[in-house]
Amino acid sequence: MKGFNAKTLEHGVALVSAIEAVSEEDAPADGFVRIRASDALWTGLAKGCAAGWHDLGALWYDDGTMHMALWQADDAAAGKAIVSLEARHGVYPSVGAHHAPAMRLERAMRDLYGINPLGLPDSRSWLDHGAWPSRPSITGKGYQFLRVDGSGLHQIPVGPVHAGIIEPGHFRFTCNGEIVARLEERLGYQHKGVEALCAGAPIAKAGKIAARISGDSTVAYSFAFARAVEAALDWEIPERAILLRGIMAELERLSHHVNDVGAVCNDASVVAILAQCALIREDILATVAGCFGHRMMMDRIVPGGTACDLDDEGAQAIRALLGRLEAAFARVVNAYDQSPSLQDRVQKTGISRPEYVRQFAAGGFIGRASGRAFDARQAFAYAPYNLVTFEVPSRTAGDVDARLWVRIEETAQSVAMIRRFLDMLEPGPIAAPPPPLHGGHGAAVTEAFRGDVFLSVRIGEEGNVAHLHARDASWFQWPLLEAAIKDNIVADFPLCNKSFNCSYSGHDL
Amino acid sequence: MHMLLLNALLKGPAVKPAPEPASWALEELARALGERARRKLGRSLSIREVDAGSCNACELEIHALNNPVYDIERFGLKFVASPRHADVLLVTGPVTWNMREALERTYAATPDPKWVVAAGDCARDCGVFAGSYACAGPVSSVIPVDLHIPGCPPQPMDLLKGLMGLIDAACCDGKRHAAR
Repeated sequence: MKGFNAKTLEHGVALVSAIEAVSEEDAPADGFVRIRASDALWTGLAKGCAAGWHDLGALWYDDGTMHMALWQADDAAAGKAIVSLEARHGVYPSVGAHHAPAMRLERAMRDLYGINPLGLPDSRSWLDHGAWPSRPSITGKGYQFLRVDGSGLHQIPVGPVHAGIIEPGHFRFTCNGEIVARLEERLGYQHKGVEALCAGAPIAKAGKIAARISGDSTVAYSFAFARAVEAALDWEIPERAILLRGIMAELERLSHHVNDVGAVCNDASVVAILAQCALIREDILATVAGCFGHRMMMDRIVPGGTACDLDDEGAQAIRALLGRLEAAFARVVNAYDQSPSLQDRVQKTGISRPEYVRQFAAGGFIGRASGRAFDARQAFAYAPYNLVTFEVPSRTAGDVDARLWVRIEETAQSVAMIRRFLDMLEPGPIAAPPPPLHGGHGAAVTEAFRGDVFLSVRIGEEGNVAHLHARDASWFQWPLLEAAIKDNIVADFPLCNKSFNCSYSGHDL
Repeated sequence: MHMLLLNALLKGPAVKPAPEPASWALEELARALGERARRKLGRSLSIREVDAGSCNACELEIHALNNPVYDIERFGLKFVASPRHADVLLVTGPVTWNMREALERTYAATPDPKWVVAAGDCARDCGVFAGSYACAGPVSSVIPVDLHIPGCPPQPMDLLKGLMGLIDAACCDGKRHAAR
């Protein structure tokens, strides 16, 4: 690799310099510059992540090669890249050894592919619980939680089956009285083998699986999958489909933002607000079902366009919905803001520190509530978000309250965006026929309601999906929950957890 | 907050009134389920939800059963926090190998007589996840299932209809699991 001497590599490499060094290539369709790295450059870029020069977006294994997606959150125009390193003899230099946010990703890849990150300080498994009959466990069945030393400490194991109607995961609390000294998560219970199922699957089937990686973000995943496939195959899609995708993605965001405000208040025992928010959500879902034929718009975004159109009646129904939503949600927000007993629960609770948010490149409202104003819709301006202007609300307090306010303010942005997209809709086709199938690879980032989803596909020569990797925003949010709950009382955990609302299934794959 | 509460009081029940057939179906369901539940189960049926590997879409719709539109507690059905308190396990997802033991233990912790409802296409046949090395199989391959509710995810109304079917099953075959 030209341009880097040993000393530079030793001190870490910034993404911009690595991109400059390979700039002779044509700009790829998905905007990700491909960099073939040496071991030294790979480690240099890992150190650059640790130095905060760029963000680690994803890390995955495919066909003998390790890949890292990197970008710069504060200056997305500086570029984004997928850095690849051949893993000879099943080993490669660990990124997690320098940059802690990579550790769980590397543990997961070791579990799934037996690929060994040299120097990774954590030898424990992550997704592999020693229960897969057809795959011998690499790290064995036992799982050692981290030691916590001190007097008067006791442990509270919670899960995997929780008390509420939620997904499974294990939380190991170590407490001093009511105060949480440490929370350690153990995830992987939802692991369904998504990557293996997609390997060799026709595009349509892989799309259905991608839509079910995390059901609550089904639109965002289908959107990311479609864009990645379209980039791989140079597939142009019609304008109308682009706008419909935006409408669907924002409706999905609204349905969750509104509902979760209620759910957090419910965890502070204010059931009245949950009831009102749930009514608004139900209104959204019923309207959406009328327009798109599915309450969650599953499988409605497909490579090439959308699977269903929106007629004038439907557009009218969505406009009417937005009017009702604004009025009803304003009453809810007013009640939330004016209730001292509720404010007492949410303010200064579960603070996520700005330095952790930056280090982990935590996306979504978790990042934005702690001063990291990154939003893939704005940073990468993918269609249709290049057609509208909007604000990315952010806060600096980093507590439960700040996370809710970011979501409350985003609601108004989404409402305005949907209206703009509806205004711009022109009659026309909603899907383009597939181009001649050929091999290729593509990646895409979309902004789900909880944060950025990264999805990469490799299409084989015969036109099937050879490999799919998806990285949910939760990968970089779950670890921050462990830090945010520290020194809070156990009783505030549901409040903190709900204000994060990480996906288990999206993380466990 | 006072205005919110006052508004809610003045507006009356939020259960959607008339226009759709679904609405009278709901009322009919309310009556049918109410009578049967009273007759057989003393007005009340406690449900413990177990996610054994779903994508979480099923959970969203099951949550919706608690909202003021479907208001499942009208029917004497309620969700409880522990299998020890439950009459029914409502299970979602293809059962992942990583969740299999937890599901078996939850089933064992539920007192007899008990019923198992498998909700969603994945719970019935693993859905799009069929054939994965990480999935142990549909719910019925791990614990005995009394009723399957189809859908991806099942809509709240389908879940309600399904639970009515469960009451039917409970009437004629109530002690099946107890006798094992």
